[in-house]
Amino acid sequence: MTQLLLFNVTNGLIIGAFYVLMALGLSLILNLSNVINFAHGGFLVIGGYIAYTITPYVGFWGALLIAPPLTAVIGLAVERVLIRPLYGRDPLYSLLLTFGLAFIIEDGTRFIWGAQGKPVTIPAFLAQPLSYEFFFITGYRLFMVAVVLFTVALLFLLLRYTRLGIRIRAGTLDLETVSALGVNVRALRSLNFAVGIYLAGLSGVLAAGQLGLEPTMGAGVLMPSFIAIIVGGVGSLTGTLLGGLLIGVASGLAAVFLPAASEAIMYVLMAVVLLIRPRGLLGEEGMMT
Amino acid sequence: MSGEQARKLTVLVAIWALLLLAPYWMPPLGGYTALGTRVLVLGLAAMSVNFLLGFTGVLSFGHAAWFGLGAYGCGLMLKFIALSTPLGLIAGTVLGGVMGGLLGALIVRRRGVYFAMVTIAFGQVFYYIAFQWSSLTGGDDGLRPFSRQPLHLGFATVDILSDATAFYYFVLFCFALAVAIMGFILRSPFGRTMLAIRENERRARFLGIPVERHIWIAFTLSCFFMAYAGSLYALVNNFADPRGLHYSQSGDFVIMAVMGGMRSFWGPLLGAAVFVVLQDYLSSVTINWMSFVGLLFVLVVLFFPRGLLGVIRRKSEA
Repeated sequence: MTQLLLFNVTNGLIIGAFYVLMALGLSLILNLSNVINFAHGGFLVIGGYIAYTITPYVGFWGALLIAPPLTAVIGLAVERVLIRPLYGRDPLYSLLLTFGLAFIIEDGTRFIWGAQGKPVTIPAFLAQPLSYEFFFITGYRLFMVAVVLFTVALLFLLLRYTRLGIRIRAGTLDLETVSALGVNVRALRSLNFAVGIYLAGLSGVLAAGQLGLEPTMGAGVLMPSFIAIIVGGVGSLTGTLLGGLLIGVASGLAAVFLPAASEAIMYVLMAVVLLIRPRGLLGEEGMMT
Repeated sequence: MSGEQARKLTVLVAIWALLLLAPYWMPPLGGYTALGTRVLVLGLAAMSVNFLLGFTGVLSFGHAAWFGLGAYGCGLMLKFIALSTPLGLIAGTVLGGVMGGLLGALIVRRRGVYFAMVTIAFGQVFYYIAFQWSSLTGGDDGLRPFSRQPLHLGFATVDILSDATAFYYFVLFCFALAVAIMGFILRSPFGRTMLAIRENERRARFLGIPVERHIWIAFTLSCFFMAYAGSLYALVNNFADPRGLHYSQSGDFVIMAVMGGMRSFWGPLLGAAVFVVLQDYLSSVTINWMSFVGLLFVLVVLFFPRGLLGVIRRKSEA
């Protein structure tokens, strides 16, 4: 029983780490640009398939380094051409546009790479379980968590100490003033969008190594990421981090005691949070209204 | 009667004439009556979304949940409790409307994108329930078998099950009923208040309007209309599908409303007609219809944000 519990909590944490990576990207874009990026899952898929395509040439490590920035470049182009004209208009429009984009990306990947799942080969030494007793802790899973931890730490440092990060945080609070102070808001939004998409691409590569690839996998992680943001509190990246881990562990635990509810538990958690603390765990007053 | 009123009356007469005569002019144009029935039902759903989106300015992106709940309510009634079409309609409408009203109370203080996000996430709850609770709902396969029942009017029996034309007129009657109520509400002082909130929420608040309560009422009414449309949809298909509750279905309804014209009463019906016919055609000629539907979203947002009726209206004003 202890082992089963540990197994599922570990599972939950790993899934939660995924949600965190996705939700942080979504959250960055939502906070600064007021855009709900429905195509975020699509960018995860693009990142994964790029990794799949280039792995034979550059190996897994190369793909891990190259695929996320490539995804970010695609994201940058999409932002420039499709989303930029919509800033300042009703958020309804960017929502609908990225919603349509998600369809196009899913269908496009199916068209290019086929509907069958595709595996991405990971280095052999990462695929081994670390010990016989804890068979579920493979090197790859530890590695994934380490990458996520490293990336999240880097992101928070970037936001805290670099000029770009400080501008992004300031823009989240009051974009107009930031613009009046002479910051190029267009470039800021583009860069911020690219950082968000980079995170989606990275989750795509990591997910590909663990689960393989399917064109529909993007839609599956989108909802949990939304919930992570709502639970953590809109406007707070630390909240998003907490929210992602929390729903990951909650669904891991639910898998032990009530397997059918492992998906539903996230929604229950969200409802409870909204009832007791409408602004989310770490959300600031006023951000949600 | 002023020119404006006369124009409105002409348009109204034209719309109803088109709808009433649909079984006669659609087949020669390559359509079929069942397609017209679908347009009516999905159009009503899009109009219900627009009741909230276009007239109160509140974006719910999870309205498919109430649509789907209506369908399941209607189906469960017909399958397990009573073989009666009107009872099925009532059951579906009440189930979806009441659930919508309850959840609405929880989320009504959120605004803008956050409201949209919370409605999406909560809508998915019902999708998972329908998906997981297979013993009751049939899970992934959907709820079946059940079928709409002939109507007993006392003096006559109308066979809406096998007679497609009779069923079309039955749906048109139900549609007219809902649309009349919707129009009546929008003309009432309450409807004017909805518009005031849409135009300037802060000013409405300063005028002493309890904005939260009004938005909640508008949300709940829209959920009832939505569930009613969903019940009708269950009757159309003799089947209730969990995908009818999914957020992608909500997206379809919103795009119908936007494509037709959010600011107009009849716009969403036009949007639904275009969407249904296009989807029907695309899925018969290409397997990549998803891309085309996605492309439609992108094109509408970039080039027709005011919708078809918005474009026509602007042209006629210019």
